[in-house]
Amino acid sequence: MITEATLKDTKCYHCGAEIKQTTYTFDEKAFCCAGCESVYQVLSAGNLCDYYAYNSTPGQTQKINEQQYAFLEEEFIIKDLIDYRDNTITKITFYIPSIHCSSCIWLLEHLYKLNQGILHSRIDFLKKQVAVTFKHEEVSLKQVVELMVSVGYEPLISLQDVVKEKHSSVNRDLIKRIAVAGLCMGNVMLFSFPEYFGLSAFEYQYKTLFGYLNLAFAVPATLYCSREFFESAWSGLKNKLINLDAPLALIIAVLFIRTVFEVLTQTGAGFSDTLTGLIFLLLMGRWVKQRSYYHLSFERDYRSYFPVAVSVLKNGSEKVQAVAELNVNDRMLIHNNEITPADAILMKTEAFFDFSFVTGESEPVKKVAGEVVYAGGRLIGAAAELEVIKPVSQSYLTSLWNNETFSKKTIEENFNDTIAKYFSLVSFVIAFAAAGYWLYANDSSKAWAAFTAVLIVACPCVLSLSTPFTLSALLGVFDKNKFYLKNTDVVEKLAKVDTTVFDKTGTITGTSGISLTGELNELDKVYVASVAHNSLHPLSREIVKFLNPNTFLEVRNFEEKPGNGVAGFVNNTEIRLGSHAFVNTSGDYSVDSSVVYVEIDGTYKGYFTVGQQWREGLYGLFYGLRKLTDLHLLSGDTDQDKHTLYHIFPSPDQMLFQQSPHEKLEYIKDLQSQNKHVMMLGDGLNDAGALKQSDLGIAVTDNINNFSPACDAIIKGESMVKLPKFIRLAKKAMLTIKLSFVISASYNLIGVYFAIQGTLSPLTAAVLMPLSTITIITFTSVCTRYFSKQLKLRKA
Amino acid sequence: MGIIYFLIGCSIVIALIFLTAFFWAMRTGQNDDMHTPAMRILFDDDAPKGSEDSK
Repeated sequence: MITEATLKDTKCYHCGAEIKQTTYTFDEKAFCCAGCESVYQVLSAGNLCDYYAYNSTPGQTQKINEQQYAFLEEEFIIKDLIDYRDNTITKITFYIPSIHCSSCIWLLEHLYKLNQGILHSRIDFLKKQVAVTFKHEEVSLKQVVELMVSVGYEPLISLQDVVKEKHSSVNRDLIKRIAVAGLCMGNVMLFSFPEYFGLSAFEYQYKTLFGYLNLAFAVPATLYCSREFFESAWSGLKNKLINLDAPLALIIAVLFIRTVFEVLTQTGAGFSDTLTGLIFLLLMGRWVKQRSYYHLSFERDYRSYFPVAVSVLKNGSEKVQAVAELNVNDRMLIHNNEITPADAILMKTEAFFDFSFVTGESEPVKKVAGEVVYAGGRLIGAAAELEVIKPVSQSYLTSLWNNETFSKKTIEENFNDTIAKYFSLVSFVIAFAAAGYWLYANDSSKAWAAFTAVLIVACPCVLSLSTPFTLSALLGVFDKNKFYLKNTDVVEKLAKVDTTVFDKTGTITGTSGISLTGELNELDKVYVASVAHNSLHPLSREIVKFLNPNTFLEVRNFEEKPGNGVAGFVNNTEIRLGSHAFVNTSGDYSVDSSVVYVEIDGTYKGYFTVGQQWREGLYGLFYGLRKLTDLHLLSGDTDQDKHTLYHIFPSPDQMLFQQSPHEKLEYIKDLQSQNKHVMMLGDGLNDAGALKQSDLGIAVTDNINNFSPACDAIIKGESMVKLPKFIRLAKKAMLTIKLSFVISASYNLIGVYFAIQGTLSPLTAAVLMPLSTITIITFTSVCTRYFSKQLKLRKA
Repeated sequence: MGIIYFLIGCSIVIALIFLTAFFWAMRTGQNDDMHTPAMRILFDDDAPKGSEDSK
């Protein structure tokens, strides 16, 4: 008892959790659970205790049970997972969500000390990936994974390979093109300087040389670096669409042709400097736009929730089978904490399934024999047999993703593309008018010069720069406020939102809370907890967690009546916990649904209420958003909370309860057909369809590294209060872009003034373009800073 | 002033060498992870105490 008292306030040496219940000590260090203790033992045996030197309590809590890895012995599964294999070594990359500090890097890169078979391991911190090279003759893949689990780093191995998908998203090609464009630009600038300062008679002999050199650099810049503008413009034109790349491609082409013409005929210096500079800046804009979050995935679908393989019973023996090859009538054996990958019938008398992935509901659901368990349920408790009734690809959950509506989603025209159309039209009109005027004046060389110069000068390149720079600055501000957008296009959608749809469970409700009405003394608490401890029912487990006693006492004559309650004797005291019918409540009755009444030795003591709590600042969020958008609420739950919500939700008649995932999707579609821009906030997989259908789907989560369904943005629960500000800032950003367009147009007008006279010198063009670019970039960054400070989204 | 042809040639060759070096660095993935090496450099070398069996 003494040790218990002294250790009561200490923290776990491994994970830093408060130690309350039972104590585990090793090497005079205290641990919160057997899991943390065993991680420490493994590390101390391997002389790796430096792990604890870099950060205090660097570990993750090990209270969660581990998965089974038997499937990693099957050759057909290994083949899909590994990156490379030869006669002796194998290379594999794992995604480990729990990587979070420098100790993690240190430990995972010293894995070779724990097992001789591991040659090398290297971490990519931001991507939370570790690449391991090992000798497969000495250590199997399964052993490698189990070793990592034993030190507290469980790799995530799922049907959708997160690692490989991220590999392909790295855009090395663009960076290469930027490098080439930069090289061309730098050299062309050097060779153009003599021309700018005026050549003396002596230097005139080099004029041709410089001209040809500039041309030589302009060729790769045009043909290699700016290929994507031509491709994008061409594919737009094929679909009868003028996008922003069309005028850009046209200008690049005109600049190049005129440069070639002037250099070859020796009539001028050409526009190589403007051309290469333009290409370089445009590519930089592309790069800024493509900046994305390595550590977040916005494209997850059901496959990333599902395991790669599952145990199947065949002729009485257990066999591992790939999930994709599951057939109807197969008998699956699901172990504790494993996910059911297909819709199946439960063959065991009863089992609890945690559907939090699917519904966002944190409380496990009880299923009895013969009931259908939908794919996505995580089994809690002893292993259970299930018979598959639908293959994975046709399960209830999967059907949400394969919904045909998604494939038809139209590409919305953004502001830039709309402007590009008018811009191109106007510059063509001016160009033809100028050419026509000079032809009329019988000066055909001036007509050609004016025509090309107008097109060159009227370049909307600023647009293709101001947008990515403004929006990516905005992304940075959002990022600091824990609101993560998939890409810059989402900001534009955010600015347009006029309707908000909330999902109830998990979105506007936070973690579940439990409260006690009535009084229990310390001894009573231990008694109640001891009885509840014997039950697997989720409510009982909540009560044990809530009471958190130091010890559990022995319970005799324990009985559990499903659907009613539990009873038992502790120290000859009878404890009864359960429903209104099971416990003599002496007339007390609560209207809430999840209530457990307590009776001790025939005396009614009170009741526990288990329910979900509203997120903080919800009221402010609703009223902040109401000024900007129309509010709707969809809930998969019963309408038990309707009463409370009625008071805080601004538009009570737009609340709908007991909505199935498909009904939610239809509701969104219905709103969209009324020409509304719908923003949907949800969290569970049951919202996945609605999130995808909406114009802007935001996944609300309390841990950004957790699973979240496919969406346009991820927001941390605590930042949801700031959503009205985010929308305001997005609107301001769009205004900034429009203003910057006005500024660049005025620069263009100065250029056009020279151009139509046919007197545009290469120098004017070369000065005007960077000047307008610098003005615009300064303007946009100052604006975003100012606006985000104004809305208090950035610290001064 | 004929030397200028030689100098220009040299400068272009050097520029191309740097470009090739950059391409090589890109291809071998040296720029893929800009964050972890900065943390890795702060680790001490393995402490000698009781780790005779290492390597």
